[in-house]
Amino acid sequence: MALTPVENQTPAFTGAVAAASGAFFGLFVGTAQGSGFLGILIGAVLLGALGFVLAGMTDKEKPLRWAIFAGFTAAGLLMGGLAAGVVGALFGWFAGWFVFWLATSRYRAHLAPYLTPGQVLWHYTFRVICGSIFVFLITPILVVMPLSFNAQDFFTFTPEMLRFDPAGYSLKHYQDFFTSESWQDALWNSVRIAPMATVLSVGFGTLAAIGLSQPHVPFRRAIMAILISPMIVPLIISAAGMYFFYSRIGLQGTYMGVVLAHAALGIPFVIITVTATLVGFDRSLTRAAANMGAGPVTTFFRVQMPLILPGVISGGLFAFITSFDEVVVVLFVGSAGQKTLPWQMFTGLREQISPTILAVATILVVISIGLLATVEMLRRHSERMRGMSPT
Amino acid sequence: MKLKTLTALAATTALVAPMAMAADMADEMTIVSWGGAYSASQKNAYHDPYSANTGVKIINDESSAEAVAKLRAMNEAGNVTWDVVDVVAADAMRLCDEGLAMEIDPDTQLAAAPDGTSAADDFGDLLVSECFIPQIVYSTTFGYRTDMVGDTPPESVCAIFDLDAYPGKRSLQKRPIDNVEWALYCDGVAKEDIYDTLSTPEGVDQALAKLDTIKDNVVWWTAGAETPQLLADGEVVMGSTYNGRLFSAIAEQNQPIGMLWDMQSFDLDGWIIPAGLSEERKARALDYIMFATDTQRLADQAKYISYGPARKSSAPLVGKHAELGIDMAPHMPTDPANAGNVHIYDYEWWADNRDDLDAKFQAWLAK
Repeated sequence: MALTPVENQTPAFTGAVAAASGAFFGLFVGTAQGSGFLGILIGAVLLGALGFVLAGMTDKEKPLRWAIFAGFTAAGLLMGGLAAGVVGALFGWFAGWFVFWLATSRYRAHLAPYLTPGQVLWHYTFRVICGSIFVFLITPILVVMPLSFNAQDFFTFTPEMLRFDPAGYSLKHYQDFFTSESWQDALWNSVRIAPMATVLSVGFGTLAAIGLSQPHVPFRRAIMAILISPMIVPLIISAAGMYFFYSRIGLQGTYMGVVLAHAALGIPFVIITVTATLVGFDRSLTRAAANMGAGPVTTFFRVQMPLILPGVISGGLFAFITSFDEVVVVLFVGSAGQKTLPWQMFTGLREQISPTILAVATILVVISIGLLATVEMLRRHSERMRGMSPT
Repeated sequence: MKLKTLTALAATTALVAPMAMAADMADEMTIVSWGGAYSASQKNAYHDPYSANTGVKIINDESSAEAVAKLRAMNEAGNVTWDVVDVVAADAMRLCDEGLAMEIDPDTQLAAAPDGTSAADDFGDLLVSECFIPQIVYSTTFGYRTDMVGDTPPESVCAIFDLDAYPGKRSLQKRPIDNVEWALYCDGVAKEDIYDTLSTPEGVDQALAKLDTIKDNVVWWTAGAETPQLLADGEVVMGSTYNGRLFSAIAEQNQPIGMLWDMQSFDLDGWIIPAGLSEERKARALDYIMFATDTQRLADQAKYISYGPARKSSAPLVGKHAELGIDMAPHMPTDPANAGNVHIYDYEWWADNRDDLDAKFQAWLAK
């Protein structure tokens, strides 16, 4: 419920704040259309005027909001067809909500009464900043998805697509991915390389982390630094070094070579996550197990492993994604016979800008989301089972 | 402890190394090319029939763009994994000079024409290097948006410098080759004097000054796919790229793009065989080259992409597009209707001046 009693704001205040945020949005829209300054001006005037006029009419909020919504939708439709209509509708909905949210001081209601106006402003500025970061991180990924349904062979939003005409969309790039030999080879290579590299990284990384967490191991920090180094050294340098080394011992251009290279890249992730879970591991448990007659191996699998499993799993996940996403090292260490999906996407982007790449990207994004969600669910489930809810 | 680790490492290596060797000996070869529609045309015209005849599995590596650097690295590491490499003539010359490609004898190692003409005569002047087996003639030329040029489609290459008649952006390749020649040509230098003019520092300045007039309106491209994409987007009104890319955007993807053939710049693309292959692999690579560059095979490739076959004897055999059924001859850069005014790109001049011009061009770009 409301923490603070609120009253309506003056038109001047509402108008000014609305104008400021209008200018903020206008800057982005205007820059995208070619003139940031014009965008600021139009955004500020539009929202400022709405705020100033509507601040006195808060008693008729509902019909007025519908009117704004309808007005912007119609303006969008008239100016640029269906797509612009949708944008207009979204903007109209937001403008109506935002102006009345300001005018009736609803923004103040759930905040503590003793906050100064400056603190209130910061409270919302902070949220806008966080929101902007999300938008900038996610929009590039979201833009790719509709383009992958393009009926044309270019990275272009065609007029048909913008009109939401079904003829502008097609699944042909997905079909191309599933029928083209080179894409299927690449997929198959990725699927063969990544799990093997993950198994090796998890095995070596977990053992290394456990070993390095023993206080009596000499040169622990130095060994740790060396094992972590693939994460810190620029990838291109690791790749060039691996290329010459692997060439001399006959591993360059072989399946095992790529798997070993990717395992080396994945090990640091496993070490870091497992070391982190080992920090909270109670050593007296292993002594208790030994006291009851369990050998070191039994102790490891029956006592230690179940407790550090979340760290092992998330490290393994990172190792898997590292291998699955990796393009630099495989270009050096692999040969065409080990062409992975990222490699195929890389050359595809350079030589032929085909939306098949976007279709693959969309599939990979969906798989990644699915994978992360599954692992997170499994982790929570197992923690609940063991009564170890995260604290 | 330490000894054990070493033994384990040695054992692993010993286990893995034979596997690596085994892959090498298997009946397969790695052919390096440019990717995209071009690799597809080679697969249809050369690889598939060759595999069907001989049972050799062909792996396509799309690394031609960095072929020179990679071959150098392979040579240094003593581990050449490529069998046949598709490169442009200029790269073939560099590789040949550095001893990274093997020399080919056209009389014994290439197929003669069906009428008995020797391969050396059939390829003629196009055998520009001892290591290079020409495959296609392509051209770098301009495409323009037919819906953005009004009623007066450009007819001369100098339209790229005419911002009044054709406002908007143009895309040019991010290198001096071709661009400086076009600039001098459009600045009034006679075609036969272009390289003499460029040999003087004033000539280079003149070319860059001409390019300066449109610098703010240029999108610089590095990959052949970029100009078709920019044209399809309507981001540029005209742009240079390889003629086959424009053909596929126009004929296969129905984009509103027109061809501007004036002053198209001819170039050659073909095969080299890396130096340092084992005898067995060398024999197989030579066998493939003998097959893939014969008269019929070169003509077959033109069914899939609009690049002209490098053999004179192949030209009469060029037929229709394999899927669209359109006549391919009028889309070839070598067709008389298209080759009225061509720019003959001087390999030797560029081999001598490339580094110098590149440096000046990059400095100019950064200004």
